[in-house]
Amino acid sequence: MSTIAPQFRFSRFIASLFDLIFWVLLIFSLVGLPIVFIILFYIKLPIINGQLMTPYLSMTWMADPSRTLPIVKNFIHTTIFRVMVFPGFGFAALLAAATIFVERKFLAKMQLRVGPLYCGKIEGILQLMGDGFKLMSKEIIIPAKADKPIFWMGPLLFVGAAGAFVSLIPVAPGWVVANPSVGLLAVFAIIGFFPIIAVLTAWAANSKWTFIGGLRALHQMVAFEIPLILSLLGVVILSGSLNLSHIVESQQHFWWITFVPIGAIVFFITIFAELERIPFDLPEAESEIVAGWLTEFSGMMYGLIQLGTYLKLYAFAGLFVVLFLGGWNGPMVWPPFPQDIITNGITIGPVTAKFPGLPLFDQQMLNGTLWFVIKTVGVILLILLPRGVFPRVRMDIALHTGWYKLIGLAFINIFIALGLLYAGVLGPGGLLQ
Amino acid sequence: MTTQLPPGMHIETVDEKIMTLNVGPQHPGSGHMRLIIKVDGDYIVSCDPDPGYVHRGEEKMAEYRNYIQNIPHLERPVIHDSSNILYPYCLGVEELLGIEVPERAKYIRVIAAELNRCIYILYWLAIYGIFLGHSTMFMWPAGDRELFIDLLEAMSGARVTHAYLVPGGVRNDLPSNFEERCLRQVAYFEKRLKEYEAIFYQNPLLKARTEGSGILSRTDAIRLGTTGSVLRASGVDFDVRKKEPYDVYENLDFQTIVMKEGDSYARSRVPYLEMFESCRIIKDALKKMPKSGSVRTKLKPNPKGGNDEVYRRVESGRGAIGYYIVSNNRPEPYRVKISVGSFRNLICMPYLLKGEKLGNMPAVYWGLNYWPVEADR
Repeated sequence: MSTIAPQFRFSRFIASLFDLIFWVLLIFSLVGLPIVFIILFYIKLPIINGQLMTPYLSMTWMADPSRTLPIVKNFIHTTIFRVMVFPGFGFAALLAAATIFVERKFLAKMQLRVGPLYCGKIEGILQLMGDGFKLMSKEIIIPAKADKPIFWMGPLLFVGAAGAFVSLIPVAPGWVVANPSVGLLAVFAIIGFFPIIAVLTAWAANSKWTFIGGLRALHQMVAFEIPLILSLLGVVILSGSLNLSHIVESQQHFWWITFVPIGAIVFFITIFAELERIPFDLPEAESEIVAGWLTEFSGMMYGLIQLGTYLKLYAFAGLFVVLFLGGWNGPMVWPPFPQDIITNGITIGPVTAKFPGLPLFDQQMLNGTLWFVIKTVGVILLILLPRGVFPRVRMDIALHTGWYKLIGLAFINIFIALGLLYAGVLGPGGLLQ
Repeated sequence: MTTQLPPGMHIETVDEKIMTLNVGPQHPGSGHMRLIIKVDGDYIVSCDPDPGYVHRGEEKMAEYRNYIQNIPHLERPVIHDSSNILYPYCLGVEELLGIEVPERAKYIRVIAAELNRCIYILYWLAIYGIFLGHSTMFMWPAGDRELFIDLLEAMSGARVTHAYLVPGGVRNDLPSNFEERCLRQVAYFEKRLKEYEAIFYQNPLLKARTEGSGILSRTDAIRLGTTGSVLRASGVDFDVRKKEPYDVYENLDFQTIVMKEGDSYARSRVPYLEMFESCRIIKDALKKMPKSGSVRTKLKPNPKGGNDEVYRRVESGRGAIGYYIVSNNRPEPYRVKISVGSFRNLICMPYLLKGEKLGNMPAVYWGLNYWPVEADR
């Protein structure tokens, strides 16, 4: 039985509609317009047909792609696009989300299960979205005696550090968010942040389990950071540069993994410790210390940590590809953009449409991205594999591996690189010429 | 001001370096119990197991029901091993009431008990795997367990709590095509077991983690009164099925698995190897079983035991289970005392965990083959 609300007055309803329109206009003019102007400040508006964009022209965007494309092209070359969409956060988050889904299906196949199946009809493809919504709708519980500012800051710092790491990975020639001349040093500096974040949040949560987990994370990451740094020195010696883009360019003919395979293996093992993945997931060992330094996180705070972890996973896989597997280098397989469309446009019946902005991306960049993604996905699959094969190691074994075995191997690797350099096999006068 | 403490209480002195951890009852690494662990850094200083969270008073309940009504609730402590926990009860009541069991029923009981032992060990192995962070070893045994659950479902009609063994035989006969189906599934299972060896027991990381940790010497194992796989992993050749054979175990061909090391690795491996022997027993029993005949001796309604007492024990998945039953000319037993393997193995946990690393705690804890619900009864 439905009835009109007892207090209903038609005049008040009309008044409330006007009220609503007033507030929408007010908020748009106070908040929306400045945002529009900020965006316009960053995007250079092109001059189309000899005239700058007018409000009338802006209305014809939808109908005429020849007006839209130049604006899109200009937007693509802004820094905002790089940070938010392509080599930056959006691209990495997309790969990270795909990684989570592939990990679940891959592991399920290994363990004779089906994995996510129902959500989204096709093989549970929407399961991740469902999990994300669930985490967002959950209550965030903070322990009563926690140090609240630091506890809140932990997940944000974690995602921030992971995002900073992602921004240093060059995806295609010229396509990198930040390209400092000491890129590899910046990577080492960012990796050094993660144990600090772990210990800070663990201490701030004021729980015994997080405390033990934080200390374990600190011990493990410090123990594996040194072999990580040493294992990459071989590549630096051979390529003579700390800039990641230069390192990729130096591998046009030979990948460095062919000359310094020991360094690649050591780096690959340290990735597991830095990512806290099995067999080195001691800081989160659930049968010993509940969930380690993540014990007290709930809701989207935990979701942010997971997002950061998978961003970090992508960044490490990308770093492995950049340093050892030749980055974007590969045979040209991407077809060139048809020249006919650029010069003559497309003719459909009586209408001929010209697209002055095409092509949006050049062929080099698309080909480089393709090879980079193929190699990165391969490395990510190799990183996922041990979760189905290995048990967790013990703390003393992990530390022994890090401080003793891997550092020894890393030094051997450095000597091999130096030997290759001084024997004249590589470098000036060697194979690189 | 000094406060007068009640007698028996004392103030505990707290060392600044030592942290007390309550592992359980709300902890992914504990069962329905609590371990009060004191750690100094990564090393365990002392461990105090605190069972009793799932005490259900099975022994008292048994005093209010007659001998047949006791069957369903007595299997509740270990629903994964329900045939084996009922076995000594049935043997004891048969002796009290003077019942003869048909030959075919004895073989069917042995088959049911061995199938149930495999179900229990697979469940135990699955949790052992996930306790060590090996998720594949969690999924594989949990999936292969279905083979035996299906077989026992065909035998008894229930998937987990079978109530299949009764004083006087078994509840009902085998289905018509059981023998062929059982042989097929056991053969497949033996093939699967060999894959466990490759992925779990020969895994170098597992060996590095469990070999040489939590060593229980032969003398300590005997002194502390452990039983079952813990005892056999410490080099003591003791199996109730061999030493005090009940029903038809003396006719069947199998071996006792004994390992000398006494460490976590040996304790994890002995039950695994026993599954091969269980498969041998099942195949042998199916061959030697009389193909037809009665499977249950009819009892009088509401049978009364004499003024008598009896103690019978069998080998379960967790060690020897003993039932001490006293009757006093009434339809209900006067007293039923259950001695379970879990509780006897629990006692060596403080000995084993003292001085161990915290990372060894799950391996040592679950390696003791301790099932909290059964220990509390």
